[in-house]
Amino acid sequence: MAVFDALLELADDHLILGHRLSEWCGHAPMLEEDLAMPNMGLDLIGTARTLYDHAGKLEGKGRSEDDLAYLRGEREYRNCLLVERPNEDFAHTMLRQFYFAAFMRPYWLAALNSTDEVVRGVAGKAEKEMAYHIRHAGEWVIRLGDGTEESAARIRDAVEALHIYVDELFDSSDAAQEAEAAGLLPVRADLRATWDRTVAEVFAEALLEQPTAAYAQRGGRQGIHNETLGHLLAEMQVVHRAHPGARW
Amino acid sequence: MTVCWQGSAEAAWEAAAAVPDPEVPCVTVADLGILRWVRVEDGVAVAGVTPTYSGCPAVLAIELAVEAALREAGFEARIERVLTPPWTTDWITDEGREKLREYGIAPPVKSSGSIRSLFGEVTVACPKCGSTDTEKLSEFGSTACKAHYRCCACAEPFDYFKCI
Repeated sequence: MAVFDALLELADDHLILGHRLSEWCGHAPMLEEDLAMPNMGLDLIGTARTLYDHAGKLEGKGRSEDDLAYLRGEREYRNCLLVERPNEDFAHTMLRQFYFAAFMRPYWLAALNSTDEVVRGVAGKAEKEMAYHIRHAGEWVIRLGDGTEESAARIRDAVEALHIYVDELFDSSDAAQEAEAAGLLPVRADLRATWDRTVAEVFAEALLEQPTAAYAQRGGRQGIHNETLGHLLAEMQVVHRAHPGARW
Repeated sequence: MTVCWQGSAEAAWEAAAAVPDPEVPCVTVADLGILRWVRVEDGVAVAGVTPTYSGCPAVLAIELAVEAALREAGFEARIERVLTPPWTTDWITDEGREKLREYGIAPPVKSSGSIRSLFGEVTVACPKCGSTDTEKLSEFGSTACKAHYRCCACAEPFDYFKCI
């Protein structure tokens, strides 16, 4: 079912990145960021929950948001590769967040015109939250790039490492294309110019050069993931799988 | 009959509207504008509740509290989660804003939705002394909906209810 699959891809992006941010909880370089990153993670996980719930209802097989989040394996997850990249250091985490938010903000703005009422509802909240994420992560990209020798080297490393995962953001799977044709979701490729502009503005201030990727790494939408996703899912799902249906 | 029904809907609204926000207990769900409506349908009180942020961890607690308040008032109760139109800080009532200030939380600068309020520098007045000589310490405060500030005039650290 194309609509279900397309919503699942979107929800997976949000859950996986939200979980990655939650991994910083208690480990951030300063208290403010220890609050900021889980807070941003909450926004993403909240969005994922509504999308899973909606997808499950449209599928009509009685699968709940928990079933979809906790009982699918690595190959069934359809998130793009960018969001599953490990946190590495603070520069990697902030750049990943900036790249994702710079994509999702125009995405949700366009989704305000979706033919689906739930998608419109999610978009109304998420576009504002994504603007906040762009600002927060973008300020850090600038601060690190225009900071010390060490911080500039780290953000340059992050750009180098993450750039190959950017193109996949703008790819639409067959399922997404169907949902896009039905007016349910925005056309991903159309958002490229806006993303490029946002990144160019911040990179100029951050004294960073726009890299050109030698190739683009893809596969997430087909369930072909990096080895790190399995570890993430194992940690996220272990309690639910060990105690199915447990409540507290 | 009509009179009785109207009375019921009013009683249901009053019961639900009095529920305090779990994270900011100085204001009620009605003050914050997250209780959208209460209808009585076939004897069941249905309350429309909207989340502030997508991931607001208090959503479930709020829904349960509203449901409990309606039951306490003698209704069978059901909650409907309302996503559209999305909540913004403009839904906070004037009374709610005043209560926030008295509680020590700077209320959101008015008129959200404009990109300026999100990206531009906003002037936040200290809820203690009223001075606008304040500085932002952290974009993210004690809860998802607040940022952390400090008053440079009276040195009071305070939360600012972010404008979205």
